[in-house]
Amino acid sequence: MSISNQDVHHIARLARLGISDEEVEIYADNLSRILDLVAQMNDVDTDGIEPMAHPSDVSLRLRDDTVSETDHRDEFMGIAPASENGLYLVPKVIE
Amino acid sequence: MSFESVIGLEVHVQLKTSSKIFSGSSIAFGAEPNTQANAVDIALPGVLPVMNREAVTMAVRFGLAVNGLINQRSIFARKNYFYPDLPKGYQISQYEIPVVGPGYLDIEVEGKSKRIGITRAHLEEDAGKSLHEDFHGMTGIDLNRAGTPLLEVVSDPDMRTATEAVVYLRKLHTLVRYLGICDGNMQEGSFRCDANISVRRRGEDKLGTRAEIKNINSFRFVDKAIQFEIARQIEIIEDGGTVVQETRLYDPTKDETRSMRSKEEAHDYRYFPDPDLPPLVITESFIEDVRRTLPELAHAKRERFIREYSLNSSDAEALVGDLDIANYFEAIMQSTAATAKAAANWITGDISARINREGINFENIPVTPLAVGQLLDRIQDGTISGKIAKDVFQAMWDSGDTADNIIDARGLRQISDSGALEEMVDEVLSNSAAQVQQYREGETKVIGYLVGQIMKLSQGKANPRQVNEILKRKLDD
Repeated sequence: MSISNQDVHHIARLARLGISDEEVEIYADNLSRILDLVAQMNDVDTDGIEPMAHPSDVSLRLRDDTVSETDHRDEFMGIAPASENGLYLVPKVIE
Repeated sequence: MSFESVIGLEVHVQLKTSSKIFSGSSIAFGAEPNTQANAVDIALPGVLPVMNREAVTMAVRFGLAVNGLINQRSIFARKNYFYPDLPKGYQISQYEIPVVGPGYLDIEVEGKSKRIGITRAHLEEDAGKSLHEDFHGMTGIDLNRAGTPLLEVVSDPDMRTATEAVVYLRKLHTLVRYLGICDGNMQEGSFRCDANISVRRRGEDKLGTRAEIKNINSFRFVDKAIQFEIARQIEIIEDGGTVVQETRLYDPTKDETRSMRSKEEAHDYRYFPDPDLPPLVITESFIEDVRRTLPELAHAKRERFIREYSLNSSDAEALVGDLDIANYFEAIMQSTAATAKAAANWITGDISARINREGINFENIPVTPLAVGQLLDRIQDGTISGKIAKDVFQAMWDSGDTADNIIDARGLRQISDSGALEEMVDEVLSNSAAQVQQYREGETKVIGYLVGQIMKLSQGKANPRQVNEILKRKLDD
């Protein structure tokens, strides 16, 4: 197993996922198998091949610098769980 | 034990575009909360980022100005972390291949030139703002700033003192203002500085453990925060302790830095290329187009001021540090027959003093360069003395009126009529028998007192040059 239970707990914490102890076992197994597949791919000789950051050979489209959006705050706030004075409210964050 | 400090700066330069880096929302400062946060900025499902060309142009402009490598293929990456002012759960930034590679800035400290390496400059989006006032135990989020284009400029750890760091930062600030890519407003957060600081015993090659000081929002605070941090780290080492790698915050009211995040919470950003954004390709012709439109930079302007206006180098230096000041100076010169030296003295003297007192910038000065030009002309043509001109300038600032109107309305015209001046000289001489006696016995410096009395009698309006002439003639008779 390339992924330990401890690794799973760490990843879950980074992703803000609450998972049970039984699930940890399952994820450790699943994630390990994914990494095993990656390890298998790593065995392929890629000398002299330029790494790609994107699967298709396209480049970034650029747009003109113009303000094209109007204010839709009321609609967006209408679907937010909580808001006040034009602010979205979230559970208290302490720096 | 002698210590050496090692300082590198990370500066977030907010780019002066009209719209956001990946969406068409406005980035104008001061709007009502969340009125400039559209579906892309608040990360509704299914939205896609579309890159702003102007942000790319500005990054290239910066890269060329610091003699940097422009990567013709750069990659956007996701920097993953959870914080409510970042609704996507990641910040779009650049990681492995930034738009600008290595470059440098030359700074001058105590008459010596020093090259500060620029490791990289990369494009990224800003986050929103959290408001921690009490909303029934909740935190308020304003996403207007989310998606504002930033160019993060990372220096090499080449600075050794707080002074060097401040000089580098000022130079960078001047540069981005000249390039027209940033308004440089530190109070509004358009130009934000983080400092990485470590210390080591002199002679050691290995770097010490560094602390990162976040978001220092003035040049003075950068100086003080770095000085405090250096002293703190040296004290820890001298007491036999070890410096912890951490993020610290500078508190200007207490003039100290304090720990922000503990090591346990150290971030693990899991950068990976953003699948929404293919590589940014910048062609040779794009770079050449940007190069052709580069404005005159501070160094070139300084040389031109010396050449064109016969200014000395320190006057020229004082004028070019701030683009608004340089432009103000040139506008004055177009409207006056006075010398460049006189204009420079006024700008660095009375005008700057009033600007500082009001706490504003040259950008918002209420007295136009044309009005200052007229004031200088009135000194030049002898209508008023330089001393009276100081009062006229203050009146121009307060009333918005022209120099000519103020001079007329207050009867400030210099008295150059020799008959009137002779009368005043005679009056003062007849009341100053003792001083006249002293003068004739060889104590010629008493003439200063006599001139002062005549100026007082004329309420400052007597032409000082003429007064001196008349006085000398009468005393030497």
